[in-house]
Amino acid sequence: MAVNVIVALGLNLLVGNTGQISLGHAGFVAIGAYASVMCMNAGVPFLGAFLISGLIAALFGFLLGIPSLKLEGPYLAIATLAFGLAVSILIGRMEFLGGRMGMSVPKIDLQWTGLKYDLSLYYLIIIITIICVIMTRNIVKSRIGRAFQAIRDSDIAAEAIGINLSKYKLYSFGLSAFLAGLAGSLLALYLGFITPNSTMFTFIGSINFLAIVVLGGLGFVAGSVMGAIVMTFLNLQLENVVDLPLIGPLLYQFSETFMSTTGIANVSWVFTGLILILVILFEPLGLYGLWIRAKIYWMRWPF
Amino acid sequence: MLTQLIISSLVIGSIYSLMALAMSITYKASEIPNFAQGEMAMISTFVTFVLLNSGGLSFYPAILITILFSFCLGLLLEFVFLRRAKDPTPLSFIVITIGFQLMLYGIAGWKWGSDQRQINLPFSESKVIFQNDSVAITELNLATLVIAVAVLLLIFLLVQKTKLGLAMKACQQNVNASRMNGIPSDKILAISFGISSVVGTIAGVLVAPIITLDPSMMWDPLLKGFAAAVLGGMKSLYGVVIGGFLLGIIENLFGFYISIEFKSVVAFAIIVLVLYFKPSGLFDKHYVRKV
Repeated sequence: MAVNVIVALGLNLLVGNTGQISLGHAGFVAIGAYASVMCMNAGVPFLGAFLISGLIAALFGFLLGIPSLKLEGPYLAIATLAFGLAVSILIGRMEFLGGRMGMSVPKIDLQWTGLKYDLSLYYLIIIITIICVIMTRNIVKSRIGRAFQAIRDSDIAAEAIGINLSKYKLYSFGLSAFLAGLAGSLLALYLGFITPNSTMFTFIGSINFLAIVVLGGLGFVAGSVMGAIVMTFLNLQLENVVDLPLIGPLLYQFSETFMSTTGIANVSWVFTGLILILVILFEPLGLYGLWIRAKIYWMRWPF
Repeated sequence: MLTQLIISSLVIGSIYSLMALAMSITYKASEIPNFAQGEMAMISTFVTFVLLNSGGLSFYPAILITILFSFCLGLLLEFVFLRRAKDPTPLSFIVITIGFQLMLYGIAGWKWGSDQRQINLPFSESKVIFQNDSVAITELNLATLVIAVAVLLLIFLLVQKTKLGLAMKACQQNVNASRMNGIPSDKILAISFGISSVVGTIAGVLVAPIITLDPSMMWDPLLKGFAAAVLGGMKSLYGVVIGGFLLGIIENLFGFYISIEFKSVVAFAIIVLVLYFKPSGLFDKHYVRKV
């Protein structure tokens, strides 16, 4: 879940703040994961591998950003899509990255905290996530963040004011790829075993990340956090949808009469898609928008 | 061997160009790339399957009913979802279509499960029509190519010669002016979505014998079709068709001569290259936006 937060932060920088479209973010996550595994196998300590994998992903982000300087709209969507697919296919084919069977991730040495491995890993990931959230918030509020928002709102006008479009677009791609790469290496650590077909690394993963960002609210840091929490919770619940207290048996009966019961896990896709559509239709600012509206309502209550 | 490759790539290319055409019809009308194309085609193909097997209809009535169904599905997409959007940025429309696609994928997976099924067209794959030393064309290949070309021609005729096509072009160029001239632009938009859904469905039905029928069958043709549309330039109908055939040829030639594993990757890489040099695709004019 925290991993989702980091990726959402990165993607939100690109999509929400800078206004670009990226359908291939899962590719960056995959690059980060594999890079950090390779570094750790080569003996680099974890923090080093972590940062190096982020930087490698950022490098690929720059590379993807270069053709995207001229593209917009659906053309950009295709280019990023192509990148995401290319990464997942290439990683699947290259033998020294484990081919289709994937690689296992070495465990890192956390004995010094005195806790169990899983718990200390959890705390480590949470701390890193908090650092990333603070970092992203600082970026958004700074000059760079304002430049991103200017590009989103009207890039021709931004260039007229004097914002160097190329530089800031490349920054945006690179930063969001960096965050995605960090998330990827944390994901590798958490899962213990990475294959090229994991949900987080494929096209569906990219769509999932996009859904998280849209749900939370495009362009707001708090939005990414909220969206990631809610979406991860939903996904986990929906995997065992039959166990839900109220809706579960109802859904099961419904699917027995009308549809097949074996595919009931697919209902999570239905819900994700429905949420995506409803959020855009009714509350373009996402969950953060709801939060702001609630706050304003209470602030103005007597009137 | 080369001619055999060219023939099979023309067949696949015709499927890609049908998908690309469907994508381009909606894009021409409303500047929205319709990502739900693939899933709409997939669900309509499932409907055909159900009608053929459980409904007991013979082939042609089933196809007609499916075409109606997919037309209504396109209308539904436009009417229920796209019209209500409060925030008309291109990204939000794309997200809506992606959401619709996920919903349809989930519904199809829910209802039919992910076992693969076989659909039976009246054109069989094993009956070989024409064979000499270097080339063997099966009936299915010929039928696919002929039907695809016929649909393409029909759509061209529709857009160029009929009043409806003229109305569609007018709506795309300037919505308000066309409304002032009496064209009901909402209905035209809905109809264009319906038409593109029908074209996508034909592509889906044609591709179903080649790729077996399961809920995720249209992901690959959708992406390739989209890529072909982008390659040819999304606003030019000739461009997307040529893009589709080009993509089929490039992919197959590359797959045979160099490496069969990386052929999708290379196809996409070539597209990204083309986009770098010609940002609006091969056949499209690059419109400069005003502030």
